[in-house]
Amino acid sequence: MANANGNAVLDSMDERVKACTICHSAEDKVGRDAYYPRIAGKPQGYIFNQLRNFRDGRRYYQPMVILLENMSDEYLREIAQYFSSLQLPYPDPERIKMQPEEIKLARHLIYSGYPKRNIPACSACHGDILMGVEPAIPGLVGLSRAYITAQLGGWRNGGIMRAQTSDCMSEIAKQLTESEVNIVAKWLANQPVYGKPSSFDVLSSELVDRCSRTILENGGAE
Amino acid sequence: MRYWIMVLSVIDYRKSIASLWIYIISLTFALLTITAEIMASEAENSNAVHYGAYLARIGNCMGCHTTKGGQPFAGGRRLSTSFGVFITPNITPDKETGIGLWNQQDFWQALHQGRSRDGRLLYPAFPYTEYTKVARQDADAIFAYLQSLPPVSQTNPSHDIFFPYNSESLLAVWRALYFKEGVYEPERSKSAAWNRGAYLAQGLGHCSACHTTRNALGASQNETLTGGQIMGMNWYAPSLFSHLEAGSGNWEIDEIVALLTTGITKRAVTSGPMATVVRQSLQYLSQEDALALATYLKSLTENDTSSVPGVHFLVTTGSFRKHLELGEKIYQEYCQACHGADGKGTPGTYPALDGNRGVVMDSPLNVIRSVLNGGYPPTTAGNSRPYGMPPFQQILRNEEVALVVSYIRNAWGNRASLVRALDVDRSKGGDD
Repeated sequence: MANANGNAVLDSMDERVKACTICHSAEDKVGRDAYYPRIAGKPQGYIFNQLRNFRDGRRYYQPMVILLENMSDEYLREIAQYFSSLQLPYPDPERIKMQPEEIKLARHLIYSGYPKRNIPACSACHGDILMGVEPAIPGLVGLSRAYITAQLGGWRNGGIMRAQTSDCMSEIAKQLTESEVNIVAKWLANQPVYGKPSSFDVLSSELVDRCSRTILENGGAE
Repeated sequence: MRYWIMVLSVIDYRKSIASLWIYIISLTFALLTITAEIMASEAENSNAVHYGAYLARIGNCMGCHTTKGGQPFAGGRRLSTSFGVFITPNITPDKETGIGLWNQQDFWQALHQGRSRDGRLLYPAFPYTEYTKVARQDADAIFAYLQSLPPVSQTNPSHDIFFPYNSESLLAVWRALYFKEGVYEPERSKSAAWNRGAYLAQGLGHCSACHTTRNALGASQNETLTGGQIMGMNWYAPSLFSHLEAGSGNWEIDEIVALLTTGITKRAVTSGPMATVVRQSLQYLSQEDALALATYLKSLTENDTSSVPGVHFLVTTGSFRKHLELGEKIYQEYCQACHGADGKGTPGTYPALDGNRGVVMDSPLNVIRSVLNGGYPPTTAGNSRPYGMPPFQQILRNEEVALVVSYIRNAWGNRASLVRALDVDRSKGGDD
């Protein structure tokens, strides 16, 4: 195939996802109306579930809803596979100053949680090295402080997911105080990225059960 | 049943060995007959269900009777109109919340006469003004299919219709003025294919629900498909009669079939609500029906007098040229890589803009929306991995969108009105 200028149009996924990469580039980007996160390298199942959640109205952001409206599951899976397989270098960690007691609190939340407040350790689901768990749990490192704060804030006020009855991240985020959200976001943004996502068998059956709608391949479909 | 009666009488009057034989033979015969009758009626029903499923696709019942991501046919979708918000009902066979208690006659009454099971007049948001043309046999098949679905218990909110449109007597007046009950009557002078196409387009396909202008009372202005802004949606459904819009008189039949069933051809691509119609409904047309529909649509431009494009003189004042030059710069930066400096695109992948009727139609609404929101053509069997258009709303300001749209409406051989930032602003929203 060649266009009128004689330029070949590649029969490739790169070419097919131009509508996505205008916003979702190699690095996180602050756009005109929103924050466009980098999606390269995120777990395939996670990306697929989010694409389907947008298309089917479970996750709401109008531009994504319109873009995905007439796409089949098969094609969304292929698009997810494409972005997931992109190995792009991560940005350097941020260097946000933190007080020793803030670091202590962040580490406690992330590696131990507060079972009495129904807050599990982040690492219990997102993996020991916080790089995510295949196939559908995203990593928590390599993200910016602004993005993490915004996502946790969105879950706290119900602004990310709607019409999804058991949304475990929303339940967890609602247990966190605003100051805890800020401290966790700062700490995570300061961490370097290394290693690979963990395999699914590291998850406890209790957590799989609690978050099944979010982390299983069927993405919350009945 | 008559066999059983015969058998019983035989036992009563002659209690002999011979009668036992007659009894056994009769019983066997009776059972075979009954089984055959049941099998025949089941086969008939399964045929009806199968055909009904196809017809329900072509009528795209599911499109309106399902919310985004919701249970199919369980209703609950909001249709916003200038008369209020209509909520589509649950049409699964649930006895409490769906149409589980309905019979064929009730369904026919709704489809053909626009009356609910309890006799209430239905609002024409349910397109019975078109469905009235559907034949009884087809209506029965659709009903058999709907009754074969798993029942879903889902109570939907009631309509929220503004005063005075919420009055049933006003609705009765509306019907007297604008609703003509009657099954499609074939035109003898036309071919079987043409008539089949007309039957599908005017009835189940309810094309005129969108492709027509509506008056202040929401009635289609006439039976023709002359285009109009879609009620409750910020999209313009182009005229199927006009060579200047989506009339297909100059197209090959195969190309019309391709657009309807795959969503894309070398010179056109479906977008917005039409892309959804292709994905949910038209891609499933049988070859025969697709051909029939194309035959009918192609014939619509026969009497089109607007085939000579309106003459648009380029006003070559300095400010006009400046305007288009600014638009061209934006085009070069963001659009040219795919659509080409000459606006010829890559047929079948990136549509040409030069000579594209969607670009130069009087109403700039759709082309503005395409630039703002981008989008992918529908995924269909014939186009399963489409290329997409980025949503430029994320990058360009209203003023810039106005400049670039004005440019493509007047570049190459295109001539059409300029677009203002205000037009761009008005083209936003309108999605659920």
